[in-house]
Amino acid sequence: MVDLFDGYGATLLPRSRRGSADPWDEMFPEPKSHDPVEARAAYKDIYNALARMTQEELRGRTDALASSYLAQGVTFDFAGEERPFPLDAVPRVIAQSEWVDVEAGIKQRVKALEAFLADIYGSQAAVRDGVIPAGLISSSNHFHREAAGIVSPNNVRIQVSGIDLIRDENGAWRVLEDNVRVPSGVSYVISNRRVMAQTLPELFVSMRVRPVGDYPNKLLQALRASAPDGIDDPTVVVLTPGVYNSAYFEHTLLARLMGVELVEGRDLFCSGGKVWMRTTAGPTRVDVIYRRVDDEFIDPLQFRADSMLGSPGLLLAARLGNVTIANAVGNGVADDKLVYTYMPDLIQYYLGEKAIIPNVDTWRLEDPGALEEVLDRLDELVVKPVDGSGGKGLVVGPDASPKELETLRARLIADPRGWIAQPVVQLSTIPTLVEDGMRPRHADLRPFAVNDGSDVWVLPGGLTRVALPEGQLVVNSSQGGGSKDTWVVGLDPLSSSSDGHNIQGLVAEQAANTQAIQIIGHQPDHSPEDRPRNQDQAQQQQQQGTADAGEVL
Amino acid sequence: MPMLSRIAESLFWIGRYIERSDGTARILDVHLQLLLEDPWIEENLACRSLLSVMGSDVPDDERSLTRADVLATLAIDRTHPASIAYSLGAARENARRAREIVSTELWECLNTTRAKMPRKISGDKTHEFFGWVRDRAALAVGIMESSASRDEAWHFFTLGRSIERADMTARLLATRSLTEASGPSWTTILRSCGAYESYLRTYRGVPSARNAAEFLLLDRLFPRSILYSVSRAEQCLRDLAPRNERLGVTDNSQRLLGQIRSQLEYRPITDILHELPRYMDSVQDATSATSEAVRQRYFPTNTAPSWIGESV
Repeated sequence: MVDLFDGYGATLLPRSRRGSADPWDEMFPEPKSHDPVEARAAYKDIYNALARMTQEELRGRTDALASSYLAQGVTFDFAGEERPFPLDAVPRVIAQSEWVDVEAGIKQRVKALEAFLADIYGSQAAVRDGVIPAGLISSSNHFHREAAGIVSPNNVRIQVSGIDLIRDENGAWRVLEDNVRVPSGVSYVISNRRVMAQTLPELFVSMRVRPVGDYPNKLLQALRASAPDGIDDPTVVVLTPGVYNSAYFEHTLLARLMGVELVEGRDLFCSGGKVWMRTTAGPTRVDVIYRRVDDEFIDPLQFRADSMLGSPGLLLAARLGNVTIANAVGNGVADDKLVYTYMPDLIQYYLGEKAIIPNVDTWRLEDPGALEEVLDRLDELVVKPVDGSGGKGLVVGPDASPKELETLRARLIADPRGWIAQPVVQLSTIPTLVEDGMRPRHADLRPFAVNDGSDVWVLPGGLTRVALPEGQLVVNSSQGGGSKDTWVVGLDPLSSSSDGHNIQGLVAEQAANTQAIQIIGHQPDHSPEDRPRNQDQAQQQQQQGTADAGEVL
Repeated sequence: MPMLSRIAESLFWIGRYIERSDGTARILDVHLQLLLEDPWIEENLACRSLLSVMGSDVPDDERSLTRADVLATLAIDRTHPASIAYSLGAARENARRAREIVSTELWECLNTTRAKMPRKISGDKTHEFFGWVRDRAALAVGIMESSASRDEAWHFFTLGRSIERADMTARLLATRSLTEASGPSWTTILRSCGAYESYLRTYRGVPSARNAAEFLLLDRLFPRSILYSVSRAEQCLRDLAPRNERLGVTDNSQRLLGQIRSQLEYRPITDILHELPRYMDSVQDATSATSEAVRQRYFPTNTAPSWIGESV
C-alpha cells in the first residue's frame, strides 16, 4: 500500500456506532484490512493515479484548488472571513452502469413529484382516493393556497430539483430527501469540474468522465419552454436575494452562463398584471423568472408584507399567465419530510410503478404507536424537522447529550406533525484528504434534474458533499462540509440516452467525417528580422558586435 | 516628426507578437482543457488539427500525439516559429531594436516576460501558465494604451495587433470547420477568445452555429471579431496616412483590408458558414498580404540591414 493511503482503515475500527453495520466504502471493498490493495473497479484508475503521488504533492494540489477558488470568488463566509469553498482532491466515481439506474430513479421521482403537485393544487384526487391524508397537506407549512391554479403553460412546476441520495451499509442508493423549492449547489458541480481539470489533469487521463457543462444550457431551455403562451422569444431573468445571500455566487454563475439578466427585487415592478424590469431603455417585459428567493419573500402582497426581496404583484401576474415563476410557488409541500414518507405510494399511485430508488425507513410520529417506539429509542435514531433542509434542526440520537434528548422528547410530544425519525444510516465513505492523511469520510450525493416539460434531464454526477470531521454524518457546507467532484465514468456513455436515436451510429459517422476534412493552417507571418532562418545572421551580428556585448541588456 | 522605418517595423511586430502569444495561449488553453473534460474527443486527431491550424507542421508518422506534445511544440519550444515562447522572444527582440522609442515600462515588461518564460510546464500548471501569458499580454497592451502618445509609434503597434487579431480569430474559426460535427463546439470557440460571456449577453442563449459565427466574424462591437479587427486596422492606416486625393484608395494595404472586409460584410452569413474553411483561409491570406503591403510601403526592404556571409 502506498504512503498516501497509510492508516486509511484504522479510524474505522473504534468508531462503530451501537447497533449499526459498518459503512460502505466506495473505493475499497475491505477498508479495514491492513493491506487493502484492491480498489473497486470504478476507482482503479483514480487509485493508480493517486498512488503515484506523495501526500505533500497532493496537498500542494489541494492548496492550488483552494487558491483558485479564492481568486474566482467561490467562497463562503466563515466568521467574517472569506474562505474558499472546500473541494477535496479525490473525486467520487460512479460507474455508468450504476448511474443508469440512479438516473432512472431520479426521473421517476421528479415525474411523481410533478404529478403530486399538479394534483394537490388541482383536483386533489390522491386525497379523495385515500393515498395521502388531507390533514397532512393542509398542515404543511409550505402548502400555499395562494398557489392554487397557477400552472405554467407546459405544466411544469419543478424546473429544477435536487434529490438527495445516500448509499446505505450495503452500497444501495436511497433517497434521503427531495428538494423541489430552490435547490442550490449546481454551481459547485460546474466549477469543481473546471478547477479539477486545471489542477489535477493526470486524474482525467484514461478516464471517460461525462461532462457537466451543459447544465446552464439545459436550464435555459427548460425555462424558455415554460414561458407564457404566445411569447416566441421570452425574456428570462434570475431573481436573487442579493449579494449577501450565501448562494449569490451560484446566482451570478447561472445568469452569466445562461446570458440572462440577474435581477434583485428592486429591479422589478408589476404593472397591469405584467412584470417589468427597469433598464436604461425603459421598462422591459419579463416573461420567466428563475427565482432563488423563498416563497415567503417573493410577493409582499401575498406572503410576508415586510419582504424587500420580491416584488409586489408577482403572484397576480403569474396567476394571470403573464409570467412564469420557476420553480413554482408552493412546491415546498412536496418536499415536506412527512410527504416524503408517502413517496413510494405516490409513485405507485401516479405512475403505476415501483419506486426505483427506495426511501430511508421512516417513522411517522403522528401514529401513536410509532411515537412511542421512537421516544423509547430516541438515543439510537436520527430525528429531523419536516420542513428543514440541509440538516437544519436535525438531531443524531447517539451523538446527543441526555439533556438534548430530553428537550427533543418534549418537542416531539408537543408537535408530532413537525418531526420524523429515521434509523442512523451509515452513509458511505470515500477517501478524503484531511489533517491526518487520507481518511474515510461520509458523503451524500445531490444529483440535479431539469424538467423542460417533455423530458427530465439528469445532470451526470451531481454535488457530492462530504463531512470533514471524523464520523460526522451531517454533510452540509454550513456545518463543516466539503465537496468532491463527481464523475460518471464509463466507456459506453451514450447507451443510457433515452431519446431512441441510434447514437452509436451517429458517433461513428462523426468520427468518419472528422478524418475526411483536411485543412492546413497558414504558417505564421514573421518579421524579416525574426524569421527562424535568421539565426545565422544573428550569430554574425553577435560576432561583429562583440565590443557592444556588454550593453545587450 | 517621422520615425525611422526600422523602429516603426519593430513596433508593428511587437504588436503582432504580443497579440499572437495571447491568442495562441487562449486557443491552447481552452482546447487542451476540453480534451480533459470531454471524453469523446479523440486526442490524437484533436492534437493534430490543433497543430495544423496554428500553422505548424504535423508529424506524418503513425505516432499518437498527446496534449504534452502540443504543449511542448506550441507553448515552450523556443525554436518553433508558431510557439508562445517564440512570440514572446520575438516581441522582446523587437523591443530591444526599438529600445530608444519603446517606453522603459514596456521594455521591462517584455524583457521580464521573456526571461520568466518557463522551459518546462508540468501538467497541473498548464492552465496557470496560459493565464500568465494572457496576463503579460494584457499588461504590455495596457502599458501602451495607458501611457503611449497616440503618435505613429502607437498607430503601428495597434495596426500590428489588429492584423494579428484578425488572423488569430480566423484560425480559431478554422478549428471549428476542421471537425465539422465532433470538433470543438461553438462554446469552446467562443471561450477561446474570451467571447463566451459577451456572446451570451448579446444573443441570450446557447451558441448556434450561425449566431456564434456571426458574432466572431461580424460583430461591430466585440473587439476580437474579424470585422472589428479589420476595421481597426483600416482606421490605423488612415490615421498613418490621411488621404487628400479625390479618387478611390491608393494604398495597397488599405485596399486589401477593404476587400476582405466587404467580402465578409456583404456576403450572406450562410454562404460563409457553408465554406467557412475557405473564407478563413482568405482572411489569413489577406492579413499576410496586408502585412507585406505595410512593409513595402512603410519599411521597405532596402533600408533593413542585410548581413551577408563573407565569401572569402
